[in-house]
Amino acid sequence: MEILVCVKRVPDTAENEFELNSAGNDLDRDDLVYSVNEWDNYAVEEAIQIVDKVGGSVTVITVGDDESEEVLRREMAMGANNGILLSDDAFEGSDGRGIASILKTEIEKGSYDLILSGAQADEGAGQIGGMLAAMLDYPYASLVNKIEVGDGKIIVGREIEGGNQEMNEIQFPCVLSIQTGINEPRYVGIRGIRKVASVDIPVKGAADLGIDAASVGETGAKTKRVDYFVPDTGEGAEMLEGSTGEIIEKLIEKLKAKGGL
Amino acid sequence: MTQIFAYIPFNNGVAEDVAMEYPSAAGKIDEKASLTAVVTGSGADLDKVANAMTAVYSQVIKIDHADLAYPNADIVRKALVNIIPSDAIFLVAHNTFGMDLAPGLSIKMDSAYAADMVDFEGIDGTTLKGVRQELGGAVSTHVKIDISSGAVMTVRPGSFAPLEGGSAGGSVVDKSGDAGDLSTKRKFLEIVAAEVGDVDITKSDVLVSVGRGIEDEDNIEIAQELAEAMNAVVSCSRPIVDAKWLEKSRQVGTSGQTVKPKVYMAMGISGSFQHLGGLKGNPFIVAVNKNPKAPIFQVADVGIVTDILEFMPVLTEAINDL
Repeated sequence: MEILVCVKRVPDTAENEFELNSAGNDLDRDDLVYSVNEWDNYAVEEAIQIVDKVGGSVTVITVGDDESEEVLRREMAMGANNGILLSDDAFEGSDGRGIASILKTEIEKGSYDLILSGAQADEGAGQIGGMLAAMLDYPYASLVNKIEVGDGKIIVGREIEGGNQEMNEIQFPCVLSIQTGINEPRYVGIRGIRKVASVDIPVKGAADLGIDAASVGETGAKTKRVDYFVPDTGEGAEMLEGSTGEIIEKLIEKLKAKGGL
Repeated sequence: MTQIFAYIPFNNGVAEDVAMEYPSAAGKIDEKASLTAVVTGSGADLDKVANAMTAVYSQVIKIDHADLAYPNADIVRKALVNIIPSDAIFLVAHNTFGMDLAPGLSIKMDSAYAADMVDFEGIDGTTLKGVRQELGGAVSTHVKIDISSGAVMTVRPGSFAPLEGGSAGGSVVDKSGDAGDLSTKRKFLEIVAAEVGDVDITKSDVLVSVGRGIEDEDNIEIAQELAEAMNAVVSCSRPIVDAKWLEKSRQVGTSGQTVKPKVYMAMGISGSFQHLGGLKGNPFIVAVNKNPKAPIFQVADVGIVTDILEFMPVLTEAINDL
């Protein structure tokens, strides 16, 4: 089985405190820590486990700048066989549709049975998988938390509300977006990264892919982010300050009053 | 005139709350827009929902087909493409069904796509301005959406003021005959119900809930000790279940349990909307988090910026000494 996993380099929400820049219209990106999108690690792990069972190969792909190569290498250190970087100045500012259409041109050059993505990334839209499937006319399922590969088809569990699971039977080729918790992604150590440090990762631009630069990037985008801001959410929490002893004394009073003790 | 269509999700013949929220979302997009509800399904449940929606919407489209008895997004999408005008605005809840349906629908309709909208600020020419969040709710963004060839958008449940009651006196239009070919390569099999755990967190008045800030499986015990001191039960956010440190039945959130405690101790929980979606009944929320920018502080009643691993044992001891 040939599996393609779409991944993304994102600011790490667990490692950063997000601040706006001095102009107040973008994140202060100077000291941001980036990593591979958390959901994508689960997708890559699932792909590796499927190939371990039924054979085939795992290719990881991303649309991004030069620095995105590091996330491809990290996923290859996990066990993905190949990496492809789609990179071009013309791709910058693409909306979800733009990213999906860039990925589609490369996907059509291969013959993948199964295409995976994380269920969502930093922008929280969860859009790329569903868009790709529609462009390719493949069946799609989102928020997948269980996969059983059969002959010519696949049994897929989707996480739905209330902790329930929706089971579906889907024909190949198909696109699935993977939810966290489907597996336990393997640890990648420095040694693993070093092993793949010199593996060649092809870089393809708009011309290589045969993409009209005007159809992607900011010019092709129908949905554009204008700015970042922190909304005025009213009062917010009453912050307790002082020594630990003082804080705990105040907190216990409040807990008593509210029925917590 | 702007045409807006809103997809009504329902369970057992009762529309979900978001059905009452679409009208205010539509009003913020364009208060002069026409608003039509779309209900898909099969049989008596469908009719019950369609008829109920006539109180809220002046026009209700129903699509009745045996293959739509379960809302399989791959099939619903095919029907909608044949029924929704391609230059219209289509709204659906940002839930597990909407996320399954909407991105692909936007491609099939050749429309703009915008996900998880929390506010709209009106249309200027062919540009709709709206608000959404990124990075797990840490920051908000304004987006401009080119609606010249229509738009498909998911809206976050609970973000738009619900309509109370309703006297639209609308009518139901049966468009089942226009649904077209509903063949699919994705067949719905069954729903596997969530496992019942050893503890029912929905029954507890006080929850000590742990998130990523607990850092390690061994530290769960620290929360357990605080819970015992408070006569409470330990619950958690999603990452703790993903890491298999606590069972799924202890997870608070839209993909876990919906709880209504009196007091909710959010320990090292950032406060994503999916987590807060499982927290109902306006509990007294105490948030403790190392990160002063954590979104949980926006919704909590009391906040403390500190490391839960240092704070919880001291609090436990203080309570035990009372």
